Amino acid sequence: MAILGSINPIMTASWQGDAGWGIDAYIKRGGYEALKKILSENIPPEGVIAEVKKSVLRGRGGAGFPTGLKWSFMPRTMPGDKYIVCNTDEGEPGTFKDRDIMRYDPHSVIEGMIIGAYAMGATRGYNYIHGEIYELYERFEAALAEARAAGFLGQKILGSEHSFELFAHHGYGAYICGEETALLDSIEGKKGQPRFKPPFPASFGLYGRPTTVNNTETFASVPFIIRLGSENFLNAGKENNGGTKLFSISGHVERPGNYEIPLGTPFATLLEMAGGMRGGRKLKAVIPGGSSSPVLPADIMMQCTMDYDSISKAGSMLGSGAVIVMDETVCMVDVLNRLSFFYHEESCGQCTPCREGTNWLYQIVHRIETGEGKPEDLDMLLSICSNICGRTICALGDAAAFPVMSFLKHFRSEFEYHIQHKTCLVP
Amino acid sequence: MLTQETLARFDREVAKYPAEQKQSAIMACLTLAQVEKGWLDKETIAFVAAYLDMPAIAAEEVATFYNMYNLKPVGKYKLAVCTCIPCALSGGRDAAAYLADRLGIKLGETTADGKFTLVESECQGACGDAPVALVNNHSMKSFLTPDKLDQLLEELK
Ligand SMILES: NC(=O)C1=CN([C@@H]2O[C@H](COP(=O)(O)OP(=O)(O)OC[C@H]3O[C@@H](n4cnc5c(N)ncnc54)[C@H](O)[C@@H]3O)[C@@H](O)[C@H]2O)C=CC1
Ligand SMILES: Cc1cc2nc3c(=O)[nH]c(=O)nc-3n(C[C@H](O)[C@H](O)[C@H](O)COP(=O)(O)O)c2cc1C
Ligand code: SF4
Ligand code: FES
Repeated sequence: MAILGSINPIMTASWQGDAGWGIDAYIKRGGYEALKKILSENIPPEGVIAEVKKSVLRGRGGAGFPTGLKWSFMPRTMPGDKYIVCNTDEGEPGTFKDRDIMRYDPHSVIEGMIIGAYAMGATRGYNYIHGEIYELYERFEAALAEARAAGFLGQKILGSEHSFELFAHHGYGAYICGEETALLDSIEGKKGQPRFKPPFPASFGLYGRPTTVNNTETFASVPFIIRLGSENFLNAGKENNGGTKLFSISGHVERPGNYEIPLGTPFATLLEMAGGMRGGRKLKAVIPGGSSSPVLPADIMMQCTMDYDSISKAGSMLGSGAVIVMDETVCMVDVLNRLSFFYHEESCGQCTPCREGTNWLYQIVHRIETGEGKPEDLDMLLSICSNICGRTICALGDAAAFPVMSFLKHFRSEFEYHIQHKTCLVP
Repeated sequence: MLTQETLARFDREVAKYPAEQKQSAIMACLTLAQVEKGWLDKETIAFVAAYLDMPAIAAEEVATFYNMYNLKPVGKYKLAVCTCIPCALSGGRDAAAYLADRLGIKLGETTADGKFTLVESECQGACGDAPVALVNNHSMKSFLTPDKLDQLLEELK
């Protein structure tokens, strides 16, 4: 059904497929109990934040920033509007987990946001939904209407003193709007261009007001932390990496799809769950955390466990948990060519190193791919990368450079072969 | 310019934002206008901008920044096939090539009868269902083998 496989699942354990997205089904499987518990037991906002901190939930959008800590940055008692925003702009190539959460369990996102609003003193919220999943934007609006009718949203929620309004906003085809400050500009009705950080959104966010942005999966995890207890959530994963996580597996496996596993599960186990390599072919390389994360060759990847620390020690990033699997038939020059095109297309253009650099990266990789490459091109690529990294407003610049640097680090001979023989090393 | 029904939906979008932040509804309103008109010409963009009390140029900036807005006429059905890497590893490019062949057009073109426009897209956030395509931006089709593509073209005829 909804999820292709799991080990000790938390979030997806009770999903019921397309038929179970509505509020009645959600309540039957324990939904909104976390919210009721907080309100009926009068757990103070600081208490909720403390629980989230103890669970060691780390941001599921890719950067892995501790959620409880981020929530504690919000000036809770400051008068005036404060916002929370859910980032469902999932557009990182390889990532498709938030889509399933929105499809099968939209109320877990709503409940997580209501709890977040309570904890941070937010009055209003928006869920920014990737334009390409417009059907789920409509479903989310229907789910919001259900939650309003049931008294979970609006004035004086369930008879408490707490009020919170939540709305859906959709994107329309700009990857960069997944970057949290670009996303805020987009909600403000502008081009989605990232802002300098600091100030972080907690001090200057939507309409200049205190704002917290979290990923869909992050918010959806919160009701489970309250229901299970932070200790149990933490122990479901491993030290410094609380909980289970959804992994999206794409590429050359038998069963591409979403899998929920404890953080710390060996990559080999995940690969096996996904049915192993397609056609029994040999694993060549894996991009472990979405296209922006450095590629790892098979031998290194097979030693990794799926958590923030292990993947980062191996020289890459867990990112959004998008595992792109490539077998021996793949030409690394072809893959990098297409990826470089993506970043060139999606650069918002406001910083020169990124706008010009992504264009150069694509032009050069493209000429190598089409047999026009020159021997000095490889060093030129690396020099362009070093001129991008750390010199841009947002992380898209780095995200365009990481693939180039890592492909050259691990698969340089394939690029050299292309330049020399004007054709692929891979048959 | 636009039907009462579309304008009523505009009002529902505007109501989502603080009263002094009407401009926040621009993306949704341009989308609704495009659904009605098929594409966004300058007059339509200016009309939506005026409706939201914002300068036309600001609305044009938005329309040109986000690539699902059609700034030129498109066929009755716009098919956007994802060819980004995760999809490409599972037949995304083959699906695009198959459609181009069946429709007798290149990527980016519209058929002579004005029925179909074929474009490639970046990641749609559905890579596990590859190959995928969006029909007129809002309807996602998954696991597009040649058989399913034939069936899709038949349905849209
Ligand atoms: N899910 C997806 O589709 C995509 C995910 N990504 C991921 O995004 C990541 C980069 O995201 P960024 O937001 O640029 O990372 P970041 O490290 O700047 O921020 C992460 C989060 O922590 C907060 N934060 C960090 N330091 C803070 C401080 N000192 N004070 C207050 N708040 C602080 C930020 O506001 C943000 O919410 C990449 O690692 C990549 O994996 C990238 C593209 C797409
Ligand atoms: C170019 C770019 C695109 C991003 N896209 C997304 C995205 O689609 N979804 C997401 O949750 N975070 C995305 N992020 C990360 C966000 O900026 C931010 O870190 C995240 O939403 C915070 O939520 P979390 O702490 O719950 O992970 C992106 C970052 C960059 C630099
Ligand atoms: S790094 Fe690139 S995408 Fe990010 S703000 Fe600069 S130009 Fe825009
Ligand atoms: S790469 Fe095609 S949907 Fe993600």
